[in-house]
Parts: sequence; structure tokens; C-alpha cells
Amino acid sequence: MLRYAVRRLLSLSLTLLVASLVIFVAIEIVPGDPAAYMLGMNAAPDTVAALRAELGLDVGPVQRYLNWLGGMLSGDFGTSYTYRTPVVDMIGDRLMISLPLALYALTLSTLIAFPAGIIAATRRGSAADVSVMGVTQLGVAIPNFWFAMLLVLVFAINLRWFSAGGFPGWDQGLLAGIKALTLPAIALALPQASILARVMRSSLLDTLDEDFIRTARAKGLSTRQTLWRHALRNALIPVLTIIGLQFSFLLAGAIIIENVFFLPGLGRLVFQSISQRDLIVVESVVMLLVFAVVVVTFLVDLAYAAVDPRLRRTN
Amino acid sequence: MSTANHLLAAALVLACSSASAARTDITIGMQLEPPNLDPTGAAAAAIDEVVYANIFEGLTRFLPDGSVAPALASSWEVSEDGLQYSFTLRTGVSFHDGTGFDADDVVFSLDRARAEDSTNAQKGLFAGIDSVEATDPATVVVTLSQANGALPFNLAWGDAVIVAPESIEQAKTAPVGTGPFVFSKWVQGDQVEIVRNPDYWGEPAQLEKATFKFISEPTAAFAALMAGDVDAFPVYPAPENLPQLDADPRFSVVLGSTEGETILSINNKLAPFDNKLVRQAVAHAIDRSAIIDGAMFGYGTPIGSHFAPHHPAYLDLTGNSPYDPERARALLAEAGLADGFETTLKLPPPSYARRGGEIIAAQLREVGIKVEISNLEWAQWLEQVFRGKDYGLTIVSHTEPMDIGIYANPEYYFQYDNAELQQLMVDLEATAEDDARSEILQQAQTIISEDYVNGYLFQLAKTGVANAKISGLWENAPTQANDLTKVFWQD
Repeated sequence: MLRYAVRRLLSLSLTLLVASLVIFVAIEIVPGDPAAYMLGMNAAPDTVAALRAELGLDVGPVQRYLNWLGGMLSGDFGTSYTYRTPVVDMIGDRLMISLPLALYALTLSTLIAFPAGIIAATRRGSAADVSVMGVTQLGVAIPNFWFAMLLVLVFAINLRWFSAGGFPGWDQGLLAGIKALTLPAIALALPQASILARVMRSSLLDTLDEDFIRTARAKGLSTRQTLWRHALRNALIPVLTIIGLQFSFLLAGAIIIENVFFLPGLGRLVFQSISQRDLIVVESVVMLLVFAVVVVTFLVDLAYAAVDPRLRRTN
Repeated sequence: MSTANHLLAAALVLACSSASAARTDITIGMQLEPPNLDPTGAAAAAIDEVVYANIFEGLTRFLPDGSVAPALASSWEVSEDGLQYSFTLRTGVSFHDGTGFDADDVVFSLDRARAEDSTNAQKGLFAGIDSVEATDPATVVVTLSQANGALPFNLAWGDAVIVAPESIEQAKTAPVGTGPFVFSKWVQGDQVEIVRNPDYWGEPAQLEKATFKFISEPTAAFAALMAGDVDAFPVYPAPENLPQLDADPRFSVVLGSTEGETILSINNKLAPFDNKLVRQAVAHAIDRSAIIDGAMFGYGTPIGSHFAPHHPAYLDLTGNSPYDPERARALLAEAGLADGFETTLKLPPPSYARRGGEIIAAQLREVGIKVEISNLEWAQWLEQVFRGKDYGLTIVSHTEPMDIGIYANPEYYFQYDNAELQQLMVDLEATAEDDARSEILQQAQTIISEDYVNGYLFQLAKTGVANAKISGLWENAPTQANDLTKVFWQD
């Protein structure tokens, strides 16, 4: 298990290094100057030059890449061109919303998907199975931003139970924060839960058809015991893969939902920074996301190994 | 009456009085978040929309009707030759951090704005200033290299506000000014909060607290208004909802004008646009009312030159370029382009450009001009079109007040070079007297209109929505600001 983990860790570091280079090159070749953007149409050329010098944009790209990489290794992600605040603080602030939102949505979707998937698989062909399949079909098909707007219309505009959006800040209390994230989390969780429930169902059905299940039943275990001790554990691998992918997606892919609910999350930060050519922020956030995806994949790999002993044996 | 009844009556009176006491807080919706809060170091209009007249003040200021009024300078005198302005400052004014305001702060602010390494986005406003001196703590003398009648106007801009050397370092994140509101907090990505300044030198604000909330998505802006999350959206981003909001008794819709001349800019040096006949053909090919209806849902005033219709010196020159496709085709034929030609139309992100662009492309196609549309982000637009001058046509709203002077700069992105107009602008700078200035401005409007420098489309409207109980918000936008000094809730 340890050798397995070390090997995965090494390939992870290499992935990150390659990713940093790709991100930097890709973003540097995008046309548009952050200083010119900030100063607008009436700025004199020497004013733009003065601002470029102030922002540290007058050194070469190789030097800037090394500065950026070195800074990141020591925990310094630089200073935003537009906001003039440390990128670390900005990302930290946004993560305080995006991370809880992603976890909230993932918890909701798991809580819905597991029971739904298990019920559908164990009572194959029953009314319960048919309705789970029908509802999840709908859940996959409905665009989440449309569902989000529907939620706003019903719960914010008509019933006035929730605000139409915005985030009051965690200093207003845990409850206020959770309340503000509830509609967005539901909007994000619906399609995720639908996909997860369907994967759970089909994976469990496949497992239930396996020989070892028949053996387990033959040696006298009840249906319930077979399900919990043998089938579920083996059916989890594809489900874990999907959960891992969904979490990475939720972290920054919530941008449309963030826009509908005007939440200051990570996705909106990237979007804003790209249009303002706040390159250092874009680079750092994208790097962070790559890091998050790589780490989540690593954790999912470890979880596979925990679930499936065959993966631990290395040769 | 029993004691219990007395108590009940007293409780009722209390309940009524607290219910009828007007609210003293407001939440203002804005589409864009300011990148920082220092109006002297970036061009973003969103900065002024938060800080102008609320946190920061200049020597002079704009009033809601666009006229210039005294602010931190109570009065000023101009020397005979028009070269020296002597400003008398208000006394007893202090910055929000408690430091006093005097002539040294004015010298610091103006010298900083016009310095060699200044990053002021409107450095041109200070170009003619030769020296700024404090002759005593309450008097500042500004000496110009040549007479400039527009100095008090220039100093009213948000880019010319007075800052203090003690607090300028923090201006980007926690601004310190002299205005009727004090900066309180900024939750980045979400809101900026300001509170009333109890020590304000002038008439104190009626509101105790104001929150600016940033909502970029038009649908979300609508939902926020309907759910009561924001009280007003002074520049409402979705004109298509206005009729619905107008019909709702909870809201009032206010239509005003802005300083935004929305034009189809033409690259005057690029063939065939270097031929005036071709530019005139473009002007006649455009149907302004179709563009205003189609792109702006009917909000906007047609213009025939580069000048704001609400200004006293405005001349209606739309008659120079009526919609006449026949004439446009004839003009193209006269220019030797009977078969038409191809060009590019590069569009920045605002909806007036993207929607308007599609309509204009169709109208130009009618007379044989084939345009290839490309949609650009602002940063790309600035690089390619504005600085690189690599375009044929583009659509943009010029939002700076009184910016007809850009036509005197042959290096400006539409590359128009006319000595007569350049001389007029020199004369304008040297003229302080209002009637004479109007005369010159009208001549300039006529010249650019008759030269068909650009396609003049419409003056951008300011479409504001607010809770019907709010009074005192600006109706027009002589500068991009949300001045909350006089805003209050009616009972």
C-alpha cells in the first residue's frame, strides 16, 4: 500500500509541474494587456507604461514564470493586477464559498443517490425502480441553471423564504451562510444525484449477477446480508470515480450557478479575471484547480485500493 | 380606561411610530464590481459609481444636471489672461481618518495626478497645468501654460478628487476621503458597504448606511429586485424587463440620459473608408430607429454628431444622415464601388454593440457592404481596435462627458485628421465665456457630422429601476456616479 501511494505521489508532482508550464504558456499568449484594460480609452501611452512597470509586467516571460513558480512553492501566489490584493487571500475568500458549496451539493447528491440507486437495483422492475429511472432521466436532462432560476422564482420571488442570491459572509452566522447556499446546492445536486443514482443502480445490478453473490446466497446469507457485505462494496468503484469527478467539477464548474445566484465563488473569480486580463489570478486559480483534481484523483485511487485489495498488490 | 388599556394604547402608538419611521439604509445594485476603490488610478466606471461624491470629493463637482458646482473649493477666481485660477478652500474639513484637509492636500493630489509616473487614467485632464501652489492653508493657485476655460469642469471628474498623502496607500482597498459617507467594508465579489459620516462639513446625508451589491447576470438582477434583495438598480442591465417593472406599483422606472454617444466608429485611414463618399454611404445605410428598437428595446435618443442631446450647445444634426439605402447605393457607385466591398465589424461585449452589430451588418448588406462580424472581449478590443487600429468598423459608446476633443487627435483610433477641427479645439481651450464656447462646439459638431467621420447612432439611455419609495437618486448620468447625498425613503 505504501509503495503504491509513493508511486502515485511521484506521478502527481510531475503532473503538476507539466500543468504549470502549460497553464503559463497558454495564458501568456492570450492577447490583451491588463494595464491597458485598467486604464481604459483615454489613457496616455506613458501612463500605461508606468502601470506596467508598477505591476511588474516589464520583465521577460521566462523570469515571470520562474518568479511565479518559486512564489507558489513558498506559498506566495503574487498580487492581483486589478484588485492589488494578494492572490492567496482572494482565492481563500472564494474557497470559503466554493468549498462548502461543493461539499453541500455533494452531500445532498450522495444522500439522494445512494438510497435511490440501491432501492432501484434491489427491486428491479418494480414501481420504485421505474420511478427512480424516470425522475433521474429528467434530472439528467434538465439544465441546472434553468432549475436554479425555477428555484429562485418559487422560493425567493413568490414565497420569499430565501434571498434571490448573494452571500452574507460566514461572520453573519453559520445558519445564514448555509441558508444562502441552500438553493444553489440543490440546483447543483439535482443533476449530480441523478447521474450518481443511475451509476449506482447499474453497477449494483452488475454485481448482483456475479457468481460470488450466488455463492454467498447459497451458503445461507440473507438478501440483505449479501447486499451489505458483498454486493455494495464491489459496486462502489465506479460510483467513487463519479463522486471524485463531480467534486472537482463542482469546485470551479459551478460558475453558471454562481452567476444565477450572484455568489462570489471561485468560478466567477476565474471568469472575471480572464476578461480583466488579471493573468496572475487566472494562472494561480487554474493551477489550484489542477492541484485539487490531481489530489482528489489520488484520494479516489487510494479509496479504490481500500475497497479492492487486488489494486494494492504491485509487481 | 384601565391600566391595561393604557399600556395597550401606548404599545400601539410605539408600534405605529416605529412602523412609519422611514428606512435609513439602502442596497444599490450594480452590474460590475469595481476592481479597486481608488478613482485616481483606473478607468473603471464602477469605481466612480461607488465613491464619487459619496466618499471622495474634488475641488469642484458635477450636479445631477451636469453643471459644475463648488465642492471642496468654495469659490475661485480667474486672472485676466485666463492663466491663473485661485481656489478658495473650505475650512474645517477633515478626512475620514481625522486628518485635516488643507491646501497641501490639494497640491499633493493634483501633482500626483499629473506626475511623470502617474497612473491616472485621465491624465489629459491635467495636461495644461504648469504649477500648483498653496499660497496659504486655504488658498491654492493653479497656473496654466495656456488658458483653459474647462479647468473647473475638468477638476469635477472622479479622477481629480482630493486624496491625502497620509491615506493614499490604502485607497485601493479602504479609501479615505472627505465625503458624506465613510467606507465601511468590502466583501470582494459581493458588496461594498459605506456608512454616514457624522462629521461631514456640509449637509449630512439622510441615509445611515448604503450597500452596493454586484450582480452581473441580468436575470439575477431581475430576481434580486423582485425578491427585495436590492432596493434600486440605477443602471438596470435588462431593458427587456422594464415594461414589466414599470407596471409594478412597487417600483418606479426612471429614464434619463447619459454622456454615452454610441457610434459606429469608422477607420478613417483604411481604404475605402478614407473616401468621404463611402463614409456617407454607410451613414445613409443605417436605420437608427431600427437599431434603437432592436438593440435597446426603444431606449435611446438618435444623434447626428458626437454630442450629448441634453447639453445646451447641442445641435440636432440627424438630418445630415437620414436612412436612405437608395442614396447609399448611389454614393457607393459614385465612389467606384458599385459592387460593394467587404470589411470587418469588431464588437466589444456590451449588448448595445453585440445586438446593434447584427442589425447594422444586415442594413449594410442591403446596400452591398459585406461585413464580417467578430466578437471581442474588452481587453482584446483595446489591443486590436483601440491601440492597434486593426479594424474597419466597430461599435462603442463613448461615455466620457464633453469628449468631442478626441476628434482633434489624428492618432485616436478612428484616425480622423482635420486641421480645421484641430484649430477649433485649440480655440475652445482658450475660451472661458459660455456663449463663445457654445458657438465653437456647434461648429465642431457640424464639421464632424458633415464629414461623416463615424456613423452616429444614439445617445445611450440611463434606465434606472428603484423602489417607488426612494427619492433623490440621479435621473441622468452627467458622470458615472451614484451620488447618495440627497437620497431618502419616503414614509
